[in-house]
Amino acid sequence: MTAETRGSRARQIAAQAVELTKVYGSGESAVRALDGVTIDLYAGQFTAVMGPSGSGKSTLMHCMAALDKPTSGHALINDTELASLRDNALTQLRREQVGFVFQAFNLVPSLTAEENICLPLSLSGKKPDPQWFDQVIDSVGLRDRLKHRPSQLSGGQQQRVACARALMSKPAIVFADEPTGNLDSTSGAEVLGFLRRSVDEFGQTVVMVTHDAVAASYCDRVVFMADGRLVDETVNPTRESVLQHMSELQEAAMNAPAVGQAGA
Amino acid sequence: MLRVTLRNLLQHKLRLVMSTLAIVLGVGFLSGVLVFSHGLQSTFDNIIKGSTPEVTIRPVGSSANTGFSVSNATIGRDSLDKLAALPQVDQAHGVVNGIGMALLTKKGRVLGGQGAPTLAFNYTDTRNMLGTQTLEITEGTYPKRMGEVLIDASSAKRAGYEVGDKVSMVSPYGEMHREAKLVGVATFSGGGTAGATLLFFDTKQAQEIFLGGRDVFTQIALNGKPGVSQKELAAIAKPVLPAGFEAATADKLVKESQSQVNQFLGIISTFLLVFALIAVLVGGFIIVNTFSILVAQRVRELALLRALGARRSQVTRMVLIEAFVMSVLASGMGIALGWVLAIGLAKAFTSFGLTIATDSLAITGQSIAISMGVGVVVTVLAAFVPARRASRVPPVAAMQGDAPGRPVTLGRRTLYGAFFLVVGAAVAAYGVVGAPGNDAAWIGAGAFIWIITVAVISPVIGKPVLLACRGIFAVLFGMPGRLAGNNALRDPRRTGATASALMIGLALVSTIGVMAASMNKSIEDVVDKTFQADFIVQSPSFSSFPVALADMMRKEPGVAVLSQQQSVPVKINGKRAYASANDENFYKINKLDMIAGTDNLSGKQVLLGNGQAKDLGVGVGDEVTLKFDSRAPLQATVAGIFDEQTAVTSSVTVPFDVFAAAGISRQDTALNINLADGVNKADVRSQLEKILKPIPIVPLQDRAEFSKSIRGQVDQLLYIIYGLLALAIVIAVIGIINTLGLSVLERTREIGLLRAVGLSRARLRLMVALESVTIAVLGAALGLGLGLIFGALLRYAMRDQLRSLALPLSQLVVFLGIAVLVGLIAAVIPAIRASRMKVLDAIASE
Repeated sequence: MTAETRGSRARQIAAQAVELTKVYGSGESAVRALDGVTIDLYAGQFTAVMGPSGSGKSTLMHCMAALDKPTSGHALINDTELASLRDNALTQLRREQVGFVFQAFNLVPSLTAEENICLPLSLSGKKPDPQWFDQVIDSVGLRDRLKHRPSQLSGGQQQRVACARALMSKPAIVFADEPTGNLDSTSGAEVLGFLRRSVDEFGQTVVMVTHDAVAASYCDRVVFMADGRLVDETVNPTRESVLQHMSELQEAAMNAPAVGQAGA
Repeated sequence: MLRVTLRNLLQHKLRLVMSTLAIVLGVGFLSGVLVFSHGLQSTFDNIIKGSTPEVTIRPVGSSANTGFSVSNATIGRDSLDKLAALPQVDQAHGVVNGIGMALLTKKGRVLGGQGAPTLAFNYTDTRNMLGTQTLEITEGTYPKRMGEVLIDASSAKRAGYEVGDKVSMVSPYGEMHREAKLVGVATFSGGGTAGATLLFFDTKQAQEIFLGGRDVFTQIALNGKPGVSQKELAAIAKPVLPAGFEAATADKLVKESQSQVNQFLGIISTFLLVFALIAVLVGGFIIVNTFSILVAQRVRELALLRALGARRSQVTRMVLIEAFVMSVLASGMGIALGWVLAIGLAKAFTSFGLTIATDSLAITGQSIAISMGVGVVVTVLAAFVPARRASRVPPVAAMQGDAPGRPVTLGRRTLYGAFFLVVGAAVAAYGVVGAPGNDAAWIGAGAFIWIITVAVISPVIGKPVLLACRGIFAVLFGMPGRLAGNNALRDPRRTGATASALMIGLALVSTIGVMAASMNKSIEDVVDKTFQADFIVQSPSFSSFPVALADMMRKEPGVAVLSQQQSVPVKINGKRAYASANDENFYKINKLDMIAGTDNLSGKQVLLGNGQAKDLGVGVGDEVTLKFDSRAPLQATVAGIFDEQTAVTSSVTVPFDVFAAAGISRQDTALNINLADGVNKADVRSQLEKILKPIPIVPLQDRAEFSKSIRGQVDQLLYIIYGLLALAIVIAVIGIINTLGLSVLERTREIGLLRAVGLSRARLRLMVALESVTIAVLGAALGLGLGLIFGALLRYAMRDQLRSLALPLSQLVVFLGIAVLVGLIAAVIPAIRASRMKVLDAIASE
């Protein structure tokens, strides 16, 4: 893929958040995890959402991925308003339009790697396209591990199985929540490399929540969050540029006396 | 996180409550049975004490209950006058009592049917041994002249009669259909009547009904003047008694009655207790499971304790103390529940007419001790295995992130299991090939070993069933089916233990099913072979009816041969049995399968069934002693031996001469009727039924109806047993709910993941339900398999009575269906809980 095609896709929006607010609890103890976030996630891009713990990055992802309901505002996937869907429709949307990679516990222990990869498809009673299946399996390098159970796989292999599963239904968007959080750097690099390739070679849209600057450097675009708001953004990041942004944000937070509760 | 923790705690509490419930139900059943049988006993005690005067003059050798005897010995008015004249005697009343009456309801049906007896008396104002009146007239007055009757209030109400109504009755002697005016109703001062219907006439009427109108009595009731003891009174009365009569004190009568009643109540209590203990046993399985789960969940906590220096024995003790506390609480609740259950049972019995005074239901120290003891011992024993497992948790487990599930090693278990299966089979086989004692007891012991063993090795032998379920569900329901199958297979020990609780209930149910089907088939075969008459007239409760009936029917055109049969209890060489007297016509209709001797009886001769002869160790030509109730023993010679399986006569069969010699009042218990050739069966039937119409106690049946009515009785018993086993199944359901609840909880994150990647709520519920069904089907498969084996073995052990084996296949399919239903019911709560989990919570829970 060339930069040009990537650019033309960039105008197409895969998922969108408009004035998203999420409040946990009520009254005095209410916590505003999201405080009016508006963002467009472009198709064919690898976007990272960064921010310190408690900045609301995971909440943003959960709300955009139809895992959680926002208190107010809109979340759209492929121009579909999530709030308008009932549980069954949401389930179907998650199954067909969204891929997930979680930090841990990604796989059903009683199913083999192959069954896990095909799980969303088999839940809709579909068979994977064999060509696409082969392509994905070779890309994650799991061909010889397909009959293994999760307990027989290393952490990195498990995450790659999860990535393969996320891609198998050719979703509109893949949400990855700290996919490398539990991995050593080599395994982490493999997973990130695969996500990068899925964007470059298959045109997949990927959003990843992370607080690792190295992970963010694999992305096309990095958005920064603090206290439930989007505070900054950078494109074509490097590890250094990400760290630079982060330390600036840190300083800004220290200088703002009102906000002190966000931990590191 | 706190929220999740709290929720875990709450679910944990729910699980404790659920397993406590298993014990509460089991102990509740047990204690309910104990309280109820105690209540039954005191009801009977009160009946006895409330109706016995200080001294009773009765025929020698009669026993307390058979004051209503088949004997026709009487005592004259002269004796009564002599007794009344004694200075120490305050009250001397002639008593006339008799059985065989039936009260017809307003709609013309027999009241009570096959249950408790109808007892008839002459009314007197005799005090009982407690110094009170036996009857308390609640409405109207006592019968003063012919044509009047007083009925106990409960029977009057059930029969739909009010004071002043005309009451219809069937009498065993003389005029069969009788009517009398209801002049009063009374309650029995001793409390409930235990279902008996009591009819009171004036003395003259009673004599007319039962004694052919002679001014004589069956007994005399005596009460002494103040200061005269029972013993003194009896001693004083003795000299004036005619030969063949004795004076029995109230204390003696009460003792006699109690020993008889207790024997009968003992059978009922034992029967119920068996089912209560089965329920407790099933509860024990659930305790094993619950504590295993609790221990597994607390591995880290236990490991921490060990790391901090707790000894193994301390960890074991900790778990056992927990079980102990739980069992004490649960048993306490169970005892309270049992009391409620007993009251409910008493109310239910009362509504059937078996009045049991609820104030006689008391929780005795003994029943508390037994219930508590059983509850605690079973729970603590059941918790012992998990407690020992807890003590084996290595301290290092505290440091490990995820407690590594110990690889399930089932090899040793399988080996032991196979060994015990062989032991069980050997025990059962030993019983079948003629070990000493009861074959069925040996088979029962073998069955018990098998049940426990199969429960223990169910994870191994159940695997094919689990795999089959997974295969079928995967085909039928796709991924949710496959996941459900996987989940059931994931911890085969837990699945097996949960299924075992259901297995026990279903094993028993299908054992009983096989036995009942075999019994029905055997009855049908025997009836086909032995029912040689065109019609038989016989009451389902074998109560007797007047001979006049036979005389009337014999005259009916179309009737070719009619034979009469009377059956009464007898002691032959001291052994209890039934004796039938048959007229000559009997042998024209029925051919006995003679094994030895002849069936051509005369005088003091007797025919014995082959089983009876074997038990007594006598053969043709030997002398036997027959003792009918209160009469003097008779000697009779064995004339022949017949195959009792194919005979419609008792295993002791005599000519009517013997009954006459024994002084037994002539009545009939069965009539066999053959029709003349060429007559219209239906026409004759309707004529015969017209004769029977006023006395609906005895139906006219042809072969098919007869066989059906017996089958009906077998089925009735079958349903009672099924009903009693239902509790064991309810407890098993609790076990499944428990296990599923835990499975759902343990897989919170997995369920979250499945929901995230697109499993809908409905299909998630389906998944949980299918897991539940898998467990239930496993329990059913093991249970039905065992039940078939046990049933077939027991049938074989009783092959003398149950000649044919029948497997109730359609019933087994129904049981399997019930198991699936049970699985679905058990899944309701866990499935709803699983589907209500928020996807995010599930994934986020750490």
